[in-house]
Amino acid sequence: MSAAILKPGNNSDAHITVENVTLAYDEFIIQQDLNFTINNNDIFIIMGGSGCGKSTLLKSLIGIMAPSKGNIYYRDQNYWQSSEQQQQAIKHQFGVMFQSGALWSSLTLAENISLPLEEFTELSRVTIKEVVTLKLAMVGLAGYEEFYPSELSGGMRKRGSLARAIALDPDILFFDEPSAGLDPPSAKRLDELILELRDSLGTTIVVVTHELESIYRIGNNSVFLDGDTHTMIAQGDPKELRDHAENEDVREFLNQK
Amino acid sequence: MTLENDQRLNFAMLDDGTLRISLLGKWDLKEKLPPPKWLQGLVNELEAISKIKFDSEEIDTWDTSLLVFIGRVDKFCSENNITLDMSGLPKGVKRLRELAEAIPPFEDTATHYSQGPLLSEIGKTTLELYHGIPRNLEFIGEVVLSFGRLFRNKAQFRSVDLMLIIQQVGPNALPIVSLVSFLVGLILAYMGAAQLERVGVQIYIADLVGIGMIREVGALMTGIIMAGRTGASFAAELGTMQVNEEIDAFKTLGISTIDFLVLPRVLALMLMIPLLTLYSGLVGTLAGLIIGVTVFDISLFEYYQQTIQALNLKSFGVGIFKGAVYGVVVAISGCLRGMQCGRSALAVGEATTSAVVTSIIYIVITASAMTVALYKLGI
Repeated sequence: MSAAILKPGNNSDAHITVENVTLAYDEFIIQQDLNFTINNNDIFIIMGGSGCGKSTLLKSLIGIMAPSKGNIYYRDQNYWQSSEQQQQAIKHQFGVMFQSGALWSSLTLAENISLPLEEFTELSRVTIKEVVTLKLAMVGLAGYEEFYPSELSGGMRKRGSLARAIALDPDILFFDEPSAGLDPPSAKRLDELILELRDSLGTTIVVVTHELESIYRIGNNSVFLDGDTHTMIAQGDPKELRDHAENEDVREFLNQK
Repeated sequence: MTLENDQRLNFAMLDDGTLRISLLGKWDLKEKLPPPKWLQGLVNELEAISKIKFDSEEIDTWDTSLLVFIGRVDKFCSENNITLDMSGLPKGVKRLRELAEAIPPFEDTATHYSQGPLLSEIGKTTLELYHGIPRNLEFIGEVVLSFGRLFRNKAQFRSVDLMLIIQQVGPNALPIVSLVSFLVGLILAYMGAAQLERVGVQIYIADLVGIGMIREVGALMTGIIMAGRTGASFAAELGTMQVNEEIDAFKTLGISTIDFLVLPRVLALMLMIPLLTLYSGLVGTLAGLIIGVTVFDISLFEYYQQTIQALNLKSFGVGIFKGAVYGVVVAISGCLRGMQCGRSALAVGEATTSAVVTSIIYIVITASAMTVALYKLGI
């Protein structure tokens, strides 16, 4: 590993480090000067108003959109400076739950979840089947193995997508608007599952959301993106930001009833 | 694999008939699990087990693989009337298991599609085809009614949309139509020349290529190109709109999707395909001329005269009429399949394929029917 892709400084707790990142579509700047660290075992919330670039930031964190400037480190590896092989290796540690599920429509739910297991593990068919059943049960979809995504409701597809995201027991789980479109009990259950995954498997979790209830229930660290100034205007534990954020907009956002 | 050589497990039989399973080291999903059969072997070896408990003091890390393993032990115990004591497991294992068991499995599979025996599948498919006929006729009927509204100036669509679609299906198709027509004209000329050379009347290449391209082949080629190019794009576009609920949004507004989406597309193709057909015929004829003059030493003037004599207005009329018919066929097939599309990426693919196949089938059927009819009518 060359020196260039090693991260400066040595915060051993840091899992993801975002350094001077600018996100832009061609000339159009979405966010700039982003600097924050996501620590091991954090449940890190990316929040902000609609259209401020939360999902774009997530895209660059999961390796599908390169930032136009700056670096993103996973532990001490600089993702966008790494070779394709190294990038692949880093990406195998990710699990992503997309906003509208993004389950592959030509595969059944069970096949959707077993695909990563078949591709990237040595497990036998029998074991894969047991893992699939277990993961589906964890998201509350036991018994739906043979269903195609088009036969499921939106909320169920979302949970199916989570089951796929956790199929390989990822080190980092990314959620894009996890509770949007879920009924309150399901949303609460999902939050509990997120907490449980963090507590028992030590997964680092990054959540894009603006559901306040969920933010307070699970988040212990956060960054607040502002769409007008195109940069981050607060970071830290959302429960503290609620009362002590310097920026008034942030306090207002977090104190909505 | 026997019990003894799995590094992650250690067994100890306690005096009261309890088997203690010690979990050790790293449990990683990327490695193989102890195979399910070993538990059965366990019973044969040790019949006196009445209880199994765990010890996880020395476990380093664990993930889903441990949960799967525990699940197997659990199943085994309930099958063999062995008490299972889970208190020795890592706390997270218990909580994750509780989470997984919190919602009972869904068991009503009646709502779910499953593949039946071959015969019933054939029956189902036949019935679907049969029930498809009135649906397709209904769609065609609605398009006709929509044309009625168009002529009474009551059809709701935006003329900008119509212009855009015309641009896409007409001018933008010129390059591919030019290329294909030119090459087909060229092939016709060579093919004809080979035969005509024997009787020494190569000059009739002009008749063959001119009449062939303008009356028949130009329309057919344009029709098939448009089926692949435009019919497919209509089906994919409308199908994706169906997936994104855009079609539903029109319906709730009370805007007729036939008027707003289908009519401009059919209209655009009806207007553009005859022009493309004409263009295709001319390009093909030009190709014949180039080959005739350069390869077979026919003078330019002779070839021109021969072509003029061979062609009459009727040839153009027949070609353009056929083109217009193919245009309607392609537009309706594309829109029909798009509007009937299901709600997934898979369905969009099926709709697109089906649109192209349907278009080509109907182009061939109408082409044959028209050729026979025109022959009988002496046109």
